[in-house]
Amino acid sequence: MLEIKNISKTFNPGTVNAKTALNGLNLTLEDGDFVTVIGGNGAGKSTMLNAIAGCWKVDEGSILIDGINITHMPEYKRAKFLGRVFQDPMMGTAADMQIDENLAIAARRGKHHTFKWGVSSKERAEYRELLKQLDLGLENRLTSKVGLLSGGQRQAVTLLMASLNQPKLLLLDEHTAALDPKTAAKVLEITDRIVNENKLTTIMITHNMRDAIKHGNRLIMMHEGRVIVDVKGEDKKKLTVEDLLGMFTKASGSEFASDRAMLSK
Amino acid sequence: MFLNWLATLPGAIAQGIIWGIMAVGVYITYKILDIADLTVDGSICTGAAVCAVMVTSGVNVWVAMICAVLAGMLTGLATGLLHTLMGIPPILAGILTQLILWSVNLKIMGKANIALPSRQFDVILAQLNIKQSLIWLVVFVAVIVALLYFFFGTELGMSLRSTGNNIHMSQAQGININFTKVLGLVISNGIVALSGALLAQYQGFSDINMGRGAIVIGLAAVIIGETLFSKIARNFAVRLLAVVAGGIIYFFVYQTVIFLGLDTDLLKMLSAVVVAIFLAVPYWKKKYFTKVKIKPTTESKSEEVKENA
Ligand SMILES: Nc1ncnc2c1ncn2[C@@H]1O[C@H](COP(=O)(O)OP(=O)(O)OP(=O)(O)O)[C@@H](O)[C@H]1O
Ligand SMILES: [Mg+2]
Repeated sequence: MLEIKNISKTFNPGTVNAKTALNGLNLTLEDGDFVTVIGGNGAGKSTMLNAIAGCWKVDEGSILIDGINITHMPEYKRAKFLGRVFQDPMMGTAADMQIDENLAIAARRGKHHTFKWGVSSKERAEYRELLKQLDLGLENRLTSKVGLLSGGQRQAVTLLMASLNQPKLLLLDEHTAALDPKTAAKVLEITDRIVNENKLTTIMITHNMRDAIKHGNRLIMMHEGRVIVDVKGEDKKKLTVEDLLGMFTKASGSEFASDRAMLSK
Repeated sequence: MFLNWLATLPGAIAQGIIWGIMAVGVYITYKILDIADLTVDGSICTGAAVCAVMVTSGVNVWVAMICAVLAGMLTGLATGLLHTLMGIPPILAGILTQLILWSVNLKIMGKANIALPSRQFDVILAQLNIKQSLIWLVVFVAVIVALLYFFFGTELGMSLRSTGNNIHMSQAQGININFTKVLGLVISNGIVALSGALLAQYQGFSDINMGRGAIVIGLAAVIIGETLFSKIARNFAVRLLAVVAGGIIYFFVYQTVIFLGLDTDLLKMLSAVVVAIFLAVPYWKKKYFTKVKIKPTTESKSEEVKENA
């Protein structure tokens, strides 16, 4: 479904600030895979998702989704294959637009924007149902500006947006990191439900090792722009945080260094 | 004395509406797209020049106005392409187009100004017939506001609004932000050029200098409209009407200070100072009058509590 073949990316090449963020990265996902990603600060996790999303061109290698080569496709065109949720709750939604308008824009991802009404009343009824399932009381606030919502509510709406229009791949970049623990747990629960119901192939970056173990059917660990640990199936189910730390030290030859990950052990 | 002042008011209203239409164009770029587009100083004159040249050479005034709008759209296209294709920051792109238009407008008119006397030509607005002018202007405002209200409710219009509101989100949702930005600039400058064409008819001439500082008047109208009517202007159409009202109020004040004998040389400076202060107010408010900045985490916590309660 997703094939990342040997991609590399160096930021600011040829300067003192040159930084190789991806270094011959390979990753293949099967249909329906739900992969959690962990790794230290600067390991290249976000850079990998940005490469898939097309924020800039990779220096080398290729990216295919369902056999379609998207390596050179501009960001707005590949958006039709992707649902994205960012770490910053402000980033995924348009604050000055209404909840229903945000959802309607997401529902038209990758489609031609025409002179038809931006939100139909049929859609509004659908959105109300979907919002009800979030269980955050948003179903009666369809015409509220998104800017009035809390961070957790905004992330939940962004998740819903990302799942509309059947994306081939869902990209979650530490989407609960800016939330308090209780809200984060709620948003993760919603994530699981949305992923399962829509059978979405998903990549979820998290700095919380326990979340990485608990969610999904596969776990990868990144270090210096590469995948260094890849656990799936039964092995993944039996993982513990200690196992992970041990695997990391063995594969990378260094201690796991992430200020945030240590805290959430 | 008071009666004399009163006599200047219909004229102020007519001028205010014309500049208010211009300000609606500014609203689209400044408020919706979040771009301060300086093209307008040139494109308002382009509209006036095209209209004046065509009408004086015998073309029907409606045809001339349509051509003026199309010419204005081209100026927006120029700025849009300078920005999106050539990577020039929007303010600079606008300034460059403005400079290009200085030459273009001179070429269109063939000289620095063209007279368009209403006695001689078949125009729809004239200072001598304020009543008829006002009726036409109200019709124009109604049509423009209705069209924009419709447009910004469509899929295309919504993609434009989201581009101005959150560029990350728009890109993630597959919106071609270069296209939407160019489209917004095109629409905005089309409207600005229309106001130029109306102004040329109303004042009876087109002049190469008529757009100087237009952006400031446009911003003033937008700000006045927003500040005075923010409580009632929830609906998009009402907000656009508030902008037009802002233009009217601007010219009310303008006529009044002239009437009171203020040195007209100082008017442009005064307008700029007033706009600067109004632009600063929200910034000062945020900087000096807000308490601790609320982070999303704490915010969501308090929301949770409220929801559970
Ligand atoms: N746009 C950019 N310009 C320059 N350098 C960048 C850019 N994006 C990422 N980098 C650098 O690339 C490296 C990898 O960053 P990346 O954001 O992918 O790390 P990460 O694994 O997501 O880490 P974290 O856990 O801190 O989010 C870092 O050194 C970062 O500074
Ligand atoms: Mg990151």
